[in-house]
Amino acid sequence: MKKMVQTSEFYVAVVVLGLFLVIGSQNSAFFTATNLYDLIRSGIVPGIFVMCAMLVIISGGIDVSFPAVATFSMFCATKILHSMHYEGPVVTAFFLSGLIGLGLGLINAVFISLFRLPTLIVTLGTSSMFSGFLLTFVGSSQINDLPRPFLTFSKEQVFKFTGEGGITVGLPAAVLITFGVVISVALLLRYTMLGRGIYALGGDAVSAQRIGFSPVRIQFFVYSLVGFLAGIAGMIHTTMMRNSNPVDLLGTELLIIAAVVLGGTRITGGHGTVLGSLLGLVLVITIQNSLILLGIPSYWQRFVIGALILIGTGVAAYQVKRSIARRKSIVT
Amino acid sequence: MTNRNGSNPEPITPIDSSIFSMKRYLPQDAGTIRMSLIMLVVFALMAGISPGTFLSLDSFSSMAFQFPVFGIFALAMMLTMISGGIDLSIVGIANLTSIIAASVMVRLVPAGATAGESLLYMSLGVIAALVVGMACGLLNGFAVTKIGIPPILVTLGTMQLFMGLAIILTKGQAIVGLPDLYTAIGNGSLWIIPVPLLMFCLCIVGTYMLLGKQSFGMKLQMLGTNPTASLYAGVNNTGVLLGTYAISGILAAIAGLVIVAQTNSAKADYGTSYILQAILVAVMGGVDPKGGFGKVSGIVMAVLTLQFLSSGLNALHVGNFFKDFMWGIVLLLVMVINERSNRRKFRH
Repeated sequence: MKKMVQTSEFYVAVVVLGLFLVIGSQNSAFFTATNLYDLIRSGIVPGIFVMCAMLVIISGGIDVSFPAVATFSMFCATKILHSMHYEGPVVTAFFLSGLIGLGLGLINAVFISLFRLPTLIVTLGTSSMFSGFLLTFVGSSQINDLPRPFLTFSKEQVFKFTGEGGITVGLPAAVLITFGVVISVALLLRYTMLGRGIYALGGDAVSAQRIGFSPVRIQFFVYSLVGFLAGIAGMIHTTMMRNSNPVDLLGTELLIIAAVVLGGTRITGGHGTVLGSLLGLVLVITIQNSLILLGIPSYWQRFVIGALILIGTGVAAYQVKRSIARRKSIVT
Repeated sequence: MTNRNGSNPEPITPIDSSIFSMKRYLPQDAGTIRMSLIMLVVFALMAGISPGTFLSLDSFSSMAFQFPVFGIFALAMMLTMISGGIDLSIVGIANLTSIIAASVMVRLVPAGATAGESLLYMSLGVIAALVVGMACGLLNGFAVTKIGIPPILVTLGTMQLFMGLAIILTKGQAIVGLPDLYTAIGNGSLWIIPVPLLMFCLCIVGTYMLLGKQSFGMKLQMLGTNPTASLYAGVNNTGVLLGTYAISGILAAIAGLVIVAQTNSAKADYGTSYILQAILVAVMGGVDPKGGFGKVSGIVMAVLTLQFLSSGLNALHVGNFFKDFMWGIVLLLVMVINERSNRRKFRH
């Protein structure tokens, strides 16, 4: 019990619960099924992005290119299938988009692991490169008449619920994909040697190498996996929006990284959990969607999120500083 | 090995005869030579591709109005990168300060004010902007040093915070209607030098003096190379970092003031792509993103190179998206080249 109280997940969970209570007490519309389903729905795509950002940060890097990768993959995949007048199963679309993402992830991996360049600057560069290439050479206007399998998939719903007034609310089937991704990432990090390697690399690259992990291989795995997942998230976004827009997702990276860091993942690498990151995302999405319910004008959003990043990371950094100070006093 | 009594004098090394030769005044390190070569090649290339539009007085004067802003941003980025950090909030600071300056000027300058009166209120606006810029920088420095948040995260957060504040202050609207005198000065020229270029030159000189002629520069470089070592060498790490982020904030405020003069308006979300360009220029100019090394001359050459490239591409009528694509490729290429040559240098 005491151990649980000390984790950052616990603090984030307390903050989230507190926020829920405050918003719910101010506006009863918050606890309606429609609103809660809305919150979950708006977390489907970011949920996968959060897994991407978390994996990279645990491995000791930082990736700002995943929205560009997602956009590139989904738009190219849509364009290819659109021009083929594709009618087969929708799985192909996800797979194609994922593969394109994997290719782009490999480009990141080459620069980061073979040339040993700083991850932030590499991904800033590739992000600009990917979106520039997409908008110049592939197309810059959105595709509205998606292939039919996309549309049938977008209409499938799970967890249907008929509320008062006979309005049926439900979640898009895509929520199952996010669910699957989250579970797989959790299993990967917890129960596989590769997962432990990701933590080890982020904790201390030299030690990780000495005990037999290959940093190059791990980095290649992480960045290509993240590319693949980003591609899939992009395709989910397309099916949910029912159009393919090459500028939609750009600029969401900072919010996602903020969510991951708020959830207790240390930006210096080596620490972080799936549960914490998801709680961080819940926090950010709740704030984003609920300022209006609280009666705060929407132009406060950016400020509130900035303040949240500073306070959240500040508390975490302060704790680390204090624990280091405590350790020192034992030594001397 | 003292020789107090004059016996056994140490052989005096002959005065380097090259002191008076040109060699002394040429750049000494490979990075600078490489950068100047790249600059010349890009210039020649662009001049060769479109001599009519690129090599005209019009094109040069429009360039002289364009590059100062991202040049000043790059100087700010360079300082924080030398310290081993990064400042992603510079564009946020510039937007916030430009809004402060613009609202002070618009609110205070009465209709039909004399030149003297407008000048007074204009300087009030400018001072307010510089003070706010410094305060923003100090906030960054405080969070980095006292609380211990990594610079990327601090400035990621404050970028949102400053832009958010700017949006709150303006409710998302642009501020227009600045005093004519201000825009006239901002878009004017002193003799033949455009005022933005003059501001850039002042920033260059200031940063150069700071890095090269003051102990602050040496301390900053030591701190960036190895913070623990510099702490034990007696450097006040906290003070140096606070100063660095404060100066970065002031430089960002100057860039904001130039932007206001050029666009004749202040907006909360102006020019976010400047962040990538500032990093690009800094890295191209030989600043080590891991900290410890960077030169003003490198920045100047990198700024000019990018401007030649940009203007040349404009003359070819390629779109902005293609430029984004180019910036990404150039950034990665330059970093790979720098990294390769650095690694070779350290091996010997």
